[in-house]
Amino acid sequence: MYSFEFERPTTIDDAVAALSRSGAQVIAGGQTLIPTLKNRLASPDVLVSLGAISELRGISVSSGSVVVGAATTHAEVAHSAAEAFPALSGLANNIGDPAVRNRGTVGGSIANNDPSACYPAAALATGATIITNSRRIAADDFFLGIFETALDEDELITSVEFPIPAAANYQKFEQPASRFALVGAFVSRFDTCVRVAITGAADSGVFRWSEAEKALTASFSPDSLAGLSVEADDMISDVHGSQAYRTNLVAVMTRRAVAAC
Amino acid sequence: MPRDQGIGASSARREDVRFLTGNGRYTDDFNVHGQKYVHFLRSDVAHGRIRSVNTLAAAAMPGVIAVFTGEDLEGIGGLPCGWLVTDRHGEPMNEPGHPVLAVGKVRHVGDPIAAVVADSVAEASDAAEAIEVDIEELPAVINMAAALEGGSLVHDEIGTNLCYDWGFVEDSREAVDAAIAEAEHVTSLELVNNRLVANAMEPRVALGDYNASNDESTLYTTSQNPHVIRLLMGAFVLQIPEHKLRVVAPDVGGGFGSKIFHYAEEAFCTLASRRLRVPVKWTASRSEAFVTDAHGRDHVTKIDLALSKDGKFKAIRTSTLANLGAYLSTFSTSVPTWLHGTLMAGNYTTPLVYVNVRAVFTNTVPVDAYRGAGRPEATFQLERVIDKAARELGIDPVEIRRRNFVQPDQFPYATPVALEYDTGNYPATMDKLVEIADLDGFAARAEESASRGRLRGLGVNCYIEACGIAPSNLVGQLGARAGLYESATVRVNATGSVTVMTGCHSHGQSHETTFPQVVSDMLGIDEGQINVLHGDTANAPMGMGTYGSRSIAVGGSAIVRATEKIVAKAKRIAAHLMEASADDIEFADGVFSVAGTDKSVAWGDVCLTAYVPHNYPLDKLEPGLEETAFYDPANFTFPAGAYACEVEVDTDTGAVEICSFAAADDFGNVINPMIVDGQVHGGIAQGVGQALREHAIYDSNGQLLTGSYMDYAMPRADDLPSLVVDHSCQTPCTHNPLGVKGCGEAGAIGSPPTVVNAVIDALQRGGYDVDHIDMPLSPSRVWEAING
Repeated sequence: MYSFEFERPTTIDDAVAALSRSGAQVIAGGQTLIPTLKNRLASPDVLVSLGAISELRGISVSSGSVVVGAATTHAEVAHSAAEAFPALSGLANNIGDPAVRNRGTVGGSIANNDPSACYPAAALATGATIITNSRRIAADDFFLGIFETALDEDELITSVEFPIPAAANYQKFEQPASRFALVGAFVSRFDTCVRVAITGAADSGVFRWSEAEKALTASFSPDSLAGLSVEADDMISDVHGSQAYRTNLVAVMTRRAVAAC
Repeated sequence: MPRDQGIGASSARREDVRFLTGNGRYTDDFNVHGQKYVHFLRSDVAHGRIRSVNTLAAAAMPGVIAVFTGEDLEGIGGLPCGWLVTDRHGEPMNEPGHPVLAVGKVRHVGDPIAAVVADSVAEASDAAEAIEVDIEELPAVINMAAALEGGSLVHDEIGTNLCYDWGFVEDSREAVDAAIAEAEHVTSLELVNNRLVANAMEPRVALGDYNASNDESTLYTTSQNPHVIRLLMGAFVLQIPEHKLRVVAPDVGGGFGSKIFHYAEEAFCTLASRRLRVPVKWTASRSEAFVTDAHGRDHVTKIDLALSKDGKFKAIRTSTLANLGAYLSTFSTSVPTWLHGTLMAGNYTTPLVYVNVRAVFTNTVPVDAYRGAGRPEATFQLERVIDKAARELGIDPVEIRRRNFVQPDQFPYATPVALEYDTGNYPATMDKLVEIADLDGFAARAEESASRGRLRGLGVNCYIEACGIAPSNLVGQLGARAGLYESATVRVNATGSVTVMTGCHSHGQSHETTFPQVVSDMLGIDEGQINVLHGDTANAPMGMGTYGSRSIAVGGSAIVRATEKIVAKAKRIAAHLMEASADDIEFADGVFSVAGTDKSVAWGDVCLTAYVPHNYPLDKLEPGLEETAFYDPANFTFPAGAYACEVEVDTDTGAVEICSFAAADDFGNVINPMIVDGQVHGGIAQGVGQALREHAIYDSNGQLLTGSYMDYAMPRADDLPSLVVDHSCQTPCTHNPLGVKGCGEAGAIGSPPTVVNAVIDALQRGGYDVDHIDMPLSPSRVWEAING
């Protein structure tokens, strides 16, 4: 780890101000950033912690949505969303291990947009709104590619609003080592449409599987997915699975998610 | 009735008190006043010629004490190899040098190029980044077959990437070929024994502390054998005689073989401390551990098994490429040869065996012993080919093994690969397995799995292990450059408590619990009155350490011998006190008595007399009560067992779940059943890790693709079912005083083929034409095999 200055603001405004400093980097739960720093793979001049900003924490549930403060931990989501949105709660409860779940945050996960992370799939499949200190961004416009988002330099996610589907399920097939999603499929059935988001699989990061959405909107059944496949060329190939394998897992996990809805 | 003390009791692990309360004193917990810190600058390319290393800027950085490169260590010996293998033609192996810091070339990612000593870890790391290294990258040699076909050389001076071409038994070669050519049936299999990273919980640490006042060096290190390190480093690398060198290996957080070896960092820290006159400490990061701790396994084998139509084994022929990595690690050369070839008879009466091993240098981390060391490689290929043969011949896998077992009345049994098994009862062990694994109930369980859309499979196999490698004069003939005895000093204190000093080393084996159980039985005193010291060359006599499941069989026997000497001397003291002849003294339950009389003296009285010798035969007997013994076994011990595993395969994803695992082991006599259970549990977990999860993968440029836990998959608790282990089948070892065999590696040896056999069974029951999948049987590999 290289040395850096550490700021711990208590308001969003102060955090935004701190982030405008040269070489500033925001840290939420630090579950990705801390290992990166320890390996000397990043050298921010200033780390701006969100840990002391109470308005970034907490969950509010209304009839149609769950709004999660950006600095809310996975463990808190797992606990507080259990009744209102069990699929989201279940997703949160299966990220990493207890230590990760009690440090890692929703905002951190979504802002980082790791191609194997779980939350981006939930955001995309529910049509969530990413709320920042300056605007509201639809999930469809937010995830731009692996580790890339629509966030501006010193823009800060303050909360994420997840619409609650009529039914939803997330199926994660774990990468054997990291237990991130080798392929994760989040399926949301709303009254008028079905949304399917896939994480872990594609070179370009989380994506909506529109062909499956169309078929499931017409008839919400695992059988509707028969014969459907994502494009193998778009999939990741690595030591944990070939493109063909991931292509298969996308279909299998989506089918299982539909069946579990 | 289970005992609550002594041999056979499940005494609670006394180590746990400190480990579970955070009071363990691991190597990194040792700090010496004024110590400085080392950061090693390591090669990030697998193979290259060092054009220049400029340390000037680094040396001027804040906090830097000194910067060393390979040139600064001129005159220092290289790291020695502890076993000379002679090849098929009677020629010695190729033995290239292994410098402490790279000289001329770098040969693997992680090879140390320079070392910075600074006031803090951060300053040392900062300065290392300022070292300018100019390396001309050379093509990396990664694939073993390609390495032998020419091209780039890992060590230019030997003109080849071949270390040796070993044949065993060379005189059997033609007879084996003929038997295979004439056989009624031959089953062949090509397989890979996957490369593993040991991943001990505690990364390696070295702290060199030179004391100028007496010219003595102390090295604190994560070692399984501090005396061996003292000898290798002192005599071969740094030329420091033993009386000026102390090696301390305190609580060590796991080794699994990887902490047997003498590593460059140990020598560097000791040397740097002497040169700089300050204590010098290095603690490996986990990332460093991945590219510097010796790796394990990495064999590619073709095996042929000749059988009669009714399944009797006639001959076995194997041809193996064994990866040694870039340098010869301490015992690397013995693993694919004497620890592997000699096990190829397994539990069976196969009359003819020929083993060929070509050991190859590559631009990868050195490969050496890892839990089982050669024996898992032997067992895996043998038990896999037997399983395949059973399927080809339509014989039940349990039955084909039974037909070929060495029978109980055949012991001692001389195998065609040089070993003499002293004892065993393989049919009884298999009977026990059938019972504890409920093999008869498999069909019903398979049906239940099918109802949930899962394919269930059953894998069965046997293993034999050779523990406590010995005797020294034999292994010397085979090329070992070390003896393989063990030492013990039993010090009886004046008030009757006992301190046992052993040359063995406990890094998870619970010696502090089990060794007192042995002594407690022999002396008739409470276990709590006995403690064990190990891991410090200053307190224990020269011993060879702990590996190869040797500690109880060899070290325990040394303790028995030393304790026998104690009893003999104590009887003479007791005889004096009771004015009787020593021959008439009986000793039981801590009381000395004169046979046929009611005269007795207690243990404590005798001990006190030894140290306060007022009423004492000083003319005939020295005062004090302390004895040392060295024990050199007459033979190996041969634990054996039969394992069964049931799996469910999800054919949609290729995921394998282990539903049950049963192990029936014959360890001979058992000192502490609970600890033996734990050893088997751990071994099975490691074997399952190899079978399903773990894989050190290099790309063609020599970069380790699975160099962190993000990609290197360790087995986790939820990968395993509750394990059923049994060691009630006991054929005591015939040649050591405790009748014990060794249990540390059994699980890791026996479990990988069991798991693979089970997965293949499941797939074949499901109608898939799959007869082998290389480990690890990751979901993607299983799915590719099904859909390939």
